[in-house]
Amino acid sequence: MLWAKVPLIGKNKMPDLNLNDAVVTTRLDSIVNWARKNSLWPMPFGTACCAIEFMSVMASKYDMSRFGAEAMRFSPRQSDMMLVLGTVTNKMAPILRTIYAQMAEPKWVISVGVCASSGGMYRTYATLQGIDRIIPVDVYVPGCPPRPESMIYGVMKLQEKIEKESLGMRKDHVRRFYESLDLQEKIQSEKNLTGQQAIQHMLRQAAHDKVATIF
Amino acid sequence: MSILDSLLEKKTILPILDTYRFRGDQTAIIAPSSLMTLVDLLMSEGFHFLVDITAVDWLDKSENPARFEVVYHWLNLDSQERLRVKVRLQDGESLPSLAIRFKTADWYEREVYDMFGISFEGHPNLTRLLTWSDFPGHPLRKDFPLDGGDPFCMSDSTTPFTH
Repeated sequence: MLWAKVPLIGKNKMPDLNLNDAVVTTRLDSIVNWARKNSLWPMPFGTACCAIEFMSVMASKYDMSRFGAEAMRFSPRQSDMMLVLGTVTNKMAPILRTIYAQMAEPKWVISVGVCASSGGMYRTYATLQGIDRIIPVDVYVPGCPPRPESMIYGVMKLQEKIEKESLGMRKDHVRRFYESLDLQEKIQSEKNLTGQQAIQHMLRQAAHDKVATIF
Repeated sequence: MSILDSLLEKKTILPILDTYRFRGDQTAIIAPSSLMTLVDLLMSEGFHFLVDITAVDWLDKSENPARFEVVYHWLNLDSQERLRVKVRLQDGESLPSLAIRFKTADWYEREVYDMFGISFEGHPNLTRLLTWSDFPGHPLRKDFPLDGGDPFCMSDSTTPFTH
């Protein structure tokens, strides 16, 4: 139908057309990010009571599907938003890193609750004092456990963040993590260590260099 | 006759440092050297079930002559009678392992070794149970810093652990 109205003016000339609302001009970043932020695929990394609270976030009363994060997946390969829900011990650290590495790109992390964010009340030899030492975190949700509203607010904050970021920036962000994972594997094989020991080694090195993270 | 009474009767072969009862609980305190004699006696009395092994660190408690107390709990499955045995030992002393007598002692002793650094002679595989193999120190010792000497934590609150 449309083609019939196009006046033939010459071979190389654009047709002078009024398409009204049929076409929207925009930047690539913003259209891609608009799609990304409204179709987040959450994966729960549930280790403690925050995971119980998260169940009600996904259930009908609070219903996170209203924000486009509807299809919860328990495989990192099929998800792009990891919610770390609960205490992460030092022994769990290499597993968390592996799971984050396995997730489909682009990927985001929400650290839910004080335990994941900073170790919380567990300032002990067994607990990782904040997952942001070993994986990049985008949004922190405080609380013990946070109310479902807080978790939804955290997801909304992540959506705001996704809206603003550029595509290249996100790639660099993840690449730094992959480099640290390569280093971890190198340390593991060279010194014949377990993943957990290699991470401890990297944390000690980071503390020595006065850096807050190992990636 | 309760198990504590029959143990006290055999004082000649089994030196008992102290006993006490509290609301039906029976406790005997012995020296490390008499542990195996006690186990033999308990086996003959029908205490076949070793319920638990754990330890207590009494650092800087002057009323206790020894630093550590290793605590054993036995259960007589026939009479449902229980006995708690505390073995006092100094830092660096070791205990005979019960892992050959009781299968359950294997991991309990590994846990006590991991958490307190108390070694058990004759244990088939005395390695750390809960923490990783190059973990610095033994976390349930009272002089262990609570955060494990975490390099990121503030230095003024705990003393950093030197490996």
